Amino acid sequence: MSAAPLGMTGELARRWERSRLYLWVPLGLFMLFTLVPFYWMIVFAFRPDGSTHPYPWPVTLANFKLVWNVLGFGVFFKNSVLVGVGTLVGVNVISALSGYALARFSFRGRGFLVVGLLCTQFVPGVMLLIPLFIIFRHLGLIDNLVALVIADTVFQLPLTTLLMSGFIRSVPVELEEAAMVDGCSRLKAFRAVTLPLLRPAFVAIGSFAFVGSWNNFLFALIFMNSQDHFTLPVGLDYTIGEFSVNFGALAAGGVLAAVPVVLVFAVVQRYLVQGLTVGAIKG
Amino acid sequence: MSLGSRALAVIEPVPLAPHDRGAERHGRARRRRKALAPYAMLTPLVLLILGFVAYPVLNVVYYSFQNYNVVEPFLNGFAGWSNYSTMFRHDPLFWTSLEFTAKWVFAEVFLQLVFGLVLALILNSAFRGRGIARALVFAPWAVSGVLTTTIWLLIYDPQAGLIGYLSDLGLTPHGFTILADTHTVFWAAILAELWRGLPFFAIILLADLQSIPSELIEAANCDGANAWTRFRYIVAPHLRDAVILSTLLRCVWEFNNVDLLYTLTNGGPGTETTTLPLYIARQAITEHNFGYGSALTMAGFVILLVFSIAYLKFSKFGASRGYAP
Repeated sequence: MSAAPLGMTGELARRWERSRLYLWVPLGLFMLFTLVPFYWMIVFAFRPDGSTHPYPWPVTLANFKLVWNVLGFGVFFKNSVLVGVGTLVGVNVISALSGYALARFSFRGRGFLVVGLLCTQFVPGVMLLIPLFIIFRHLGLIDNLVALVIADTVFQLPLTTLLMSGFIRSVPVELEEAAMVDGCSRLKAFRAVTLPLLRPAFVAIGSFAFVGSWNNFLFALIFMNSQDHFTLPVGLDYTIGEFSVNFGALAAGGVLAAVPVVLVFAVVQRYLVQGLTVGAIKG
Repeated sequence: MSLGSRALAVIEPVPLAPHDRGAERHGRARRRRKALAPYAMLTPLVLLILGFVAYPVLNVVYYSFQNYNVVEPFLNGFAGWSNYSTMFRHDPLFWTSLEFTAKWVFAEVFLQLVFGLVLALILNSAFRGRGIARALVFAPWAVSGVLTTTIWLLIYDPQAGLIGYLSDLGLTPHGFTILADTHTVFWAAILAELWRGLPFFAIILLADLQSIPSELIEAANCDGANAWTRFRYIVAPHLRDAVILSTLLRCVWEFNNVDLLYTLTNGGPGTETTTLPLYIARQAITEHNFGYGSALTMAGFVILLVFSIAYLKFSKFGASRGYAP
């Protein structure tokens, strides 16, 4: 990346090299492209109705009061948290169980299972909307948040299972064996030795699961009927349709939907690059 | 969601655990219980996948041969190939949606890959404040399709939006609704999705860039390699497999994801920006035509399957593992 543009020679090329403009200019453009849209939403959310200033001043919380109390975002927010936490727990527990089996045992059908899990990535939720709707209707779970927890969990599990089994493999099996020699059962050895070492795995996978469920739109749109069971994305879609004039309210709803995932993202973003790197090196 | 990124970390074949020596010392009952243990642990996962992925897939096959419309239940019953013949012969929207899907996926993945690679290369060089720069430019990764729509509607609104400033500069006419114009809607949607999708490639390629052994770069520098030769002979071959796999995952993901288009354009104006999955979603949500929707879904399955196999074969995935060209 550090080559001087064609035709630049001598002093000019050295100055170009030293200024590192070839780095800062594109980076600045990427930053603008990423951050201006966020900034613009924040401006809309915090400035008073009717203001056209390109900055949120004077600051008002009127938009937030409106969406939280009147438009039902308080309820949507609560529903999103419930479904997100349910999915987080379900995904972590089930992928720890099955990830351990994949990492520590050799058994018949193991390869078939791994291939099967990868194949599910080509069968995404949109394509299964119709049969899933029918299944949940049979189970009496339409307009019930449990349906969302199940659906969100299922579609996260294949990858989180494989990811968790990778994390478990990276904990030396000798540690567990040593504990078992000392008289631990396999379960106790896992709980006392491996589990504490898997904390980063639970944080990373839990965050993925939470963000995935927090952002899921179509399942909530189709499986939930009453406004009491809407999640934030459905609430936003509803606001886009109903109140297309009230941009302040729309932006405030958007900020409410953005804050939790951005916070979670701030926690996991260092795992994102590092986690992937570890996996890549091992191959 | 860009969850597909995780597959890269785990796709390598898994070495088996070393043979458990302790087992030989115990009785047969204990051994049998041990042999069953992994299956017991996998039961919840397998049951959920069978019940909520495998069974629904079989259902789609079944419904695609049925007349199944919630609004017209009196017509329900076996339909033979009629859903398929309607799709292929009497439904121009099927073909135009396919054409738009191809355009959408290609443009989106191409742009995300190119800009994602540039961003990854920038973020891989050492500079002050790199950590915070990464956190900031990766932020849209966590944003949902509906929230992306929310954000870009605020930009694209002809009166209140940021685009109004373009009109002030005389670049676009005042009151220009970019999402209602058939010439501009494509690029407006592409830009919004690019904003959200760029971090996916940047994150994956950055992870892969960091796994290049620094000795290789130093050796190349000793041999007098410049930036371009380093990129051409070390970086590019190293990134090859990651690029192939991530573009495939992204193609599948962009093909299937309907959140953004559903909320931003709703497939419009008219049916201008209707992808095949968006068409399927509409069959399910507004038409309640489950039979025909299932036939469309089958078409989507087959297209994805054929495309994925052809792509992996054609790109010779995994063929090169060394660093030499």
